[in-house]
Amino acid sequence: MNHKWRSWFPKFAVIAIFLLPILLISPKTYITLTISGLAMGMLLFLVSSGFSLIFGFLSVLNLAHGALFAWGAYIGFSAFSFINKWTGWGGSNSIFSNMLIFLLVLMVAGIGVAILGVVTERLVIRPVYGSHLFQIFITVGAMIVMEELIRIVWGPNDEVMPVPLSFIGSWDIFDVVVSKYPLIVIVIGVILYLIVFTILRRTRLGMIVRAGVENPEMVQVMGHNIYRYFTGVFAAGSALAAIGGGMWATFVKSIHPAMGGEVIVFALIVAIIGGLGSMTGSVVGALMVGLSYNYVAYLIPKAALGITMLLLVVILLIRPTGMFPEGT
Amino acid sequence: MAEPILKAEGIHTFIGKHHILQGVSFEVHPGKVTVLLGRNGAGKSTTLRTIIGLLSPSQGTILFKNRAIQHMRPYAISRLGIGFVPEDRGIFNLLTVEENFRVAMLQEDEKTRAMMETIFEIFPDLKKFWKSKAGNLSGGQKQMLAIARPLVNRNELLLIDEPSKGLAPIVIDHLIDSINKLKEYTVIILVEQNFYMASNLGNDFYLFDDGKTVHKGQMEELVGDEELKKKYLGISG
Repeated sequence: MNHKWRSWFPKFAVIAIFLLPILLISPKTYITLTISGLAMGMLLFLVSSGFSLIFGFLSVLNLAHGALFAWGAYIGFSAFSFINKWTGWGGSNSIFSNMLIFLLVLMVAGIGVAILGVVTERLVIRPVYGSHLFQIFITVGAMIVMEELIRIVWGPNDEVMPVPLSFIGSWDIFDVVVSKYPLIVIVIGVILYLIVFTILRRTRLGMIVRAGVENPEMVQVMGHNIYRYFTGVFAAGSALAAIGGGMWATFVKSIHPAMGGEVIVFALIVAIIGGLGSMTGSVVGALMVGLSYNYVAYLIPKAALGITMLLLVVILLIRPTGMFPEGT
Repeated sequence: MAEPILKAEGIHTFIGKHHILQGVSFEVHPGKVTVLLGRNGAGKSTTLRTIIGLLSPSQGTILFKNRAIQHMRPYAISRLGIGFVPEDRGIFNLLTVEENFRVAMLQEDEKTRAMMETIFEIFPDLKKFWKSKAGNLSGGQKQMLAIARPLVNRNELLLIDEPSKGLAPIVIDHLIDSINKLKEYTVIILVEQNFYMASNLGNDFYLFDDGKTVHKGQMEELVGDEELKKKYLGISG
């Protein structure tokens, strides 16, 4: 396959996934499914971007990433209950109060899990840098421990995730049903992507991180304490997972201790499709998975998970290093 | 003779179970280019990686301006004023030339800007391709970027590993001219297989064999010593 075709392939694949279903689905349903797919894609982006960044920069296959996602959901759950108890912002009719409590909850979840991520990196992952096999064993172990800790702290049962009042329901726009929360997810997801992208592209810190994804040894011999950056990237990746966890929980309105294990499969698929270490790859891969999952779930419900696997196989056959192997 | 800027004594380094350096000792003096020579696998590159801290020696001392650095981390060694140009050049291909320099800059001040102007005078191509992705540069331009990058911090010592590797003869001549101009700004330790380049740049030399320094002297002596060249470098005529 020639180089020109390979470079065009990501754009072609995205356009095909976005437009082909319009031939099979009525326009109104198509718009509803597309919004839902974009929202799911943005949530997957939040989980997979952290996973991908950690792999790209630290070369660490962190299978405990799903547990960090679950911790984000649970911390968000507790933060929401606590803040709402004192302020009542979650049940208020004001969109402003609802948005404020939601953003506060995401912030608390992000900071809490970033700290948890730093502790995990220092205690669990640092001793196994450079050995992928040990990383798999030890991060699976960490995932189990973190899941059990959730059961100890919050109990083993499912909890109902509270949703801010004005996030519930849908709008009817020209006879098209548009759910409110997915639109909020898309907007927050795009803002977070732009923040991460700008940091990576426009700041010196971002340059060092991108350089580190390519050659961490060289960054070190240029006078940068790579371990400090490792910790920082791990904290940022964990915070993104937590924000994803909090937003996901609000999306599905329920949380349970093993929820991270289910999402890590999607995160892996998205990160591999996009190209490990690439932020743009993560967002494009996540949108492809989110959209194709929703379209196929509507057309052939039983094939919904299968289509993401098929997508992974096809992309790996054509571009074995993912769609954006060239980095951020 | 002036006090050496770097002094290595009895260095032993292992890579995994392999005992690569088995007693390396040498001195590097200010104002000079010291060339480490020897056949493939003699331990020259391992010596540079040990100095910069990427490998930790099991025995021996490395003094940089009389300060022991053998157990320091690479970033701390680099901050003392030692730059490293690895054999594979270590270019960040996905970053622009400008970004490569900005990652290398430990501070951005008037002195750094002045040094950048000097770098542009010595390597004008880097100014020309300032906004280009480093991965799109030619082999020679990449090598120039690799050598110029650590200089931006006005490092007092520069370790360069095989700069001529994979370059055409005409590019090597150009590189020799550029590195000769750099002598004014930094002390250089050069590892080089290309004897033409080594002899054109070097003042002092050390010969390596089986992980040990076996011979030292001034480059003019080595150029005229056919027996030594044949024995340790496999060069005749």
